[in-house]
Amino acid sequence: MLVIGIRVNDGVILAAQKLLDSKLLVPGTAKRILSADMHASAGLRADGKHLQTRAREECKNYRDNYMSPIPLKQLSDRLGSYLNAYTLYSSVRPFGISTVISSYDKNGPQLYAIEPSGLYWGYQATAVGKGKQLAQTELEKLKLNELSMRQAVFEAARIIHLVHDPTKDKGFELELSWIGKDSQFKHAHVPAQLYQEANEYGKSQAESGRMQE
Amino acid sequence: MAMTNNFTSWGRPFTDAKMDMYGGDITQRYQLGSEHLQQHSDKFADAVQKTQQPIVTGTSVIGLKYKDGIMLAADNLASYGSLARFKDIQRLHSVGSHTIIGAAGDMSDFQHVQHQLESLVIDEYCHDDGHALGPAQIYEYMSTLMYHRRSQLNPLWNAFVVGGVDPKSGEPTLAYVDLLGTTYSAPTIGTGYASMIAIPLLRRLVEDRKEPPNEEEALDIIKTCMKVLFYRDARSLNKFQVAKITKEGAEISPSMSVETEWGFAEGIRGYGGQTQ
Repeated sequence: MLVIGIRVNDGVILAAQKLLDSKLLVPGTAKRILSADMHASAGLRADGKHLQTRAREECKNYRDNYMSPIPLKQLSDRLGSYLNAYTLYSSVRPFGISTVISSYDKNGPQLYAIEPSGLYWGYQATAVGKGKQLAQTELEKLKLNELSMRQAVFEAARIIHLVHDPTKDKGFELELSWIGKDSQFKHAHVPAQLYQEANEYGKSQAESGRMQE
Repeated sequence: MAMTNNFTSWGRPFTDAKMDMYGGDITQRYQLGSEHLQQHSDKFADAVQKTQQPIVTGTSVIGLKYKDGIMLAADNLASYGSLARFKDIQRLHSVGSHTIIGAAGDMSDFQHVQHQLESLVIDEYCHDDGHALGPAQIYEYMSTLMYHRRSQLNPLWNAFVVGGVDPKSGEPTLAYVDLLGTTYSAPTIGTGYASMIAIPLLRRLVEDRKEPPNEEEALDIIKTCMKVLFYRDARSLNKFQVAKITKEGAEISPSMSVETEWGFAEGIRGYGGQTQ
């Protein structure tokens, strides 16, 4: 399962490939991109729900203490420490997840990824999960400083579809979220209309790519 | 002490043992480092004392229902006793997208409530289930909170007016909750001084007409009330904000003021220039 994050001048886009464990799953449920505060979000896998709860607590704790939203670097640090603690004891297992988190604060758009070890890095664009090498190669081709949020949503959809191999992999549902100018600086899943356009675009681009090969 | 213009009955300033300058009994108040001086008059005097009085306070808030929704107003003053301490304080606060609360009473308690509500709204947002808190839910939460705190004998020293319109049904909410946990809902609401001075005006101008006022008329009514409150309430300021909440959303205006006329003051005995 792949998650990518793209940071452009006006905001950050997260895209996730949610593999469908069952065809009976109601569309739009069991989301993998979740909000941790008005300003932060996480692209998550497996143990993600638990980490989201923790992220919410950290965000609330910071707000209670400092009366302002937590800077993403601090949130990454706190979550990193939390993940790291789970690597230090024989009685617990480490988290089986890589996490991408995004925010928009007074210093502009922020994007971080946290590894299961607790290491975290800031990024212009990143991918975690299955097929991340291919996704990263695609991300490197983008001119991130020239993209609008809307364009980035389309690119994100394209890359998620491109990495997915319909002949080998299970079916999936695309998730797209953004935070920045176009979302009134709150983290939100992209509007239905845009989602549909981006999804169609991604699908057709990926198919034509495969035709050429 | 009854108010009198005869200064010989005023007593000497600040020296009358148990009185403060307003005639309040200072032995009933908590003063830092003066615990040993307090004259205990009852068996519970040594018990833990929670908030006994507000410190920095805001005066009245008014609210009315009009054609498109709810309109609220509160002035920009936070007083420290009788001192007009802060003249640029916003006492209207928006919660979520379709609710505004107006606060009278202790401003630090108000800030605490703002913070609590912010947390609540964020928690709700993170659930991402398509539901948002409307005015009815926020009012319910606040009344529970206020009643809970008064039951702990540690009240939040405020009177709140909650106004809003449900974004889905369009149902307007205008309701009141205070430090005792008292709640009620009405087409016109005023707290404190406004409940005595503005309510009769509001009832006549809003409730006694056939059709509810439109936006322009509602604003005129609000201004009339704020003017009268400024004339009669010594802890008020002629600088206030008006909030309106409609189905489209909530909006708090920049500060405004009304024309006032003080020529009559000269003629009032005890106020103007008379020496006798």
